[in-house]
Amino acid sequence: MEGDIAQMGKFIGAGLATIGLGGAGIGVGHIAGNFLAGALRNPSAAPGQMANLFVGIAFAEALGIFSFLIALLLLFAV
Amino acid sequence: MAGEETSKLNIHPMEQFIVKPLFGGDTIHWYTPTNVTLWMGIAVLVMIALLVLGTSRRSIIPSRLQSVGEMLYGFIHNMVEEVTGHDGIKYFPYVMTLFMFVVLANLLGLIPMAFATTSHFAVTATLAMLVFLSVTILGFAKQGIGFLGMFWVSSAPLVLRPVLALIEIISYFVRPLSHSIRLGGNVMAGHAVIKVFAGFAGALGVASVVPILSIAAIYGLELLVAVVQAYVFTILTCVYLRDAVGGAHH
Repeated sequence: MEGDIAQMGKFIGAGLATIGLGGAGIGVGHIAGNFLAGALRNPSAAPGQMANLFVGIAFAEALGIFSFLIALLLLFAV
Repeated sequence: MAGEETSKLNIHPMEQFIVKPLFGGDTIHWYTPTNVTLWMGIAVLVMIALLVLGTSRRSIIPSRLQSVGEMLYGFIHNMVEEVTGHDGIKYFPYVMTLFMFVVLANLLGLIPMAFATTSHFAVTATLAMLVFLSVTILGFAKQGIGFLGMFWVSSAPLVLRPVLALIEIISYFVRPLSHSIRLGGNVMAGHAVIKVFAGFAGALGVASVVPILSIAAIYGLELLVAVVQAYVFTILTCVYLRDAVGGAHH
C-alpha cells in the first residue's frame, strides 16, 4: 500500500462519480417504460413516436454520461 | 494511466484505445498515419463500396448491396423529412454522410482487434463541433437576428423568461459537449466492459466459460448500441437543424 492519499482520493472520487449513471438508468427506464405503456394502449400511434422516444432517451442518457466523463477525467486527467 | 495497482489485471481495459503510428516510430505529428487514420479510411472505403459501387448497376430487381444502400438512403431521407421538415431536406447529404460514417466506424470498431475510432472524444467532438458551428451559422444566415428568439420563450410568463433564456443559452452551448460525449462515452464504455470481462476469462481457468458467454451477450448488446448511437447522433443533428431552418413553428 504505497500509493499516496491523493491517488486514493482520485479513485474514491471516480467511484463516487459513477453513481450518477444510476440516475441515467432511472431516466432511460422511465422513458422506455412509459413509452411501452402508451404503446400498448394505442399500438397504432407507436411507430410515429419512435423518434421522440430515442431523442428523449438520448437527452436523459447524456446527463448520466457526464458523470462517466467526470470519472474518466478524475482517473486519467487529474 | 490508472496507477500500478490495477496492472495485476492481465488485460488492461483502456489499452485498446492507445493511438499508435502505423509505420513504427513513437512521435505523432498531425500528419502521421496512425491506427485511427487507418480505421477511419476503412470506414470511408466501406461507405463508398456500399453506396457507390453497390448502386452503380441500378437494376429493377436490386442486388443485396443495392437494397441495403437503398434502405439506408430511404431511412435517413424519411428521418430528415419527418424531423427537420420540408425546408431541411436540402441538408440531407450532410446528415446521410454523418450517419454512414458514424455507423460504419462504430460497427467496424466492433471487429476483434480493430480500432474503434468513435471511442475517441477527439473524433466525436470534431463531428459534433462541425454540426454545432454549421447549425449556428445556418441559423443566423436563415433567420438573421431572429435566431436569437429561440432563447426567448414567448409562451412562458414574462417573469420566467429571463431565467428560461439563461437555461436555454446554457443548454445550447452544452449541445456539442453532450452530442460528442454521448457517442464517444457509449462506444468507449462498451469496449472497456468487453475487455474487463476478457480479463476475468483469463483469470478464472475452467470457470471462464461464464465470462466468455457474457462477452458474447455483451457483444450483441454492443452491436445494438453501435447502431442506436449512430441513429441518435443523426436524429439529434436533425433536431438541431430544425431549430436553424425554423421548421419548429409549422
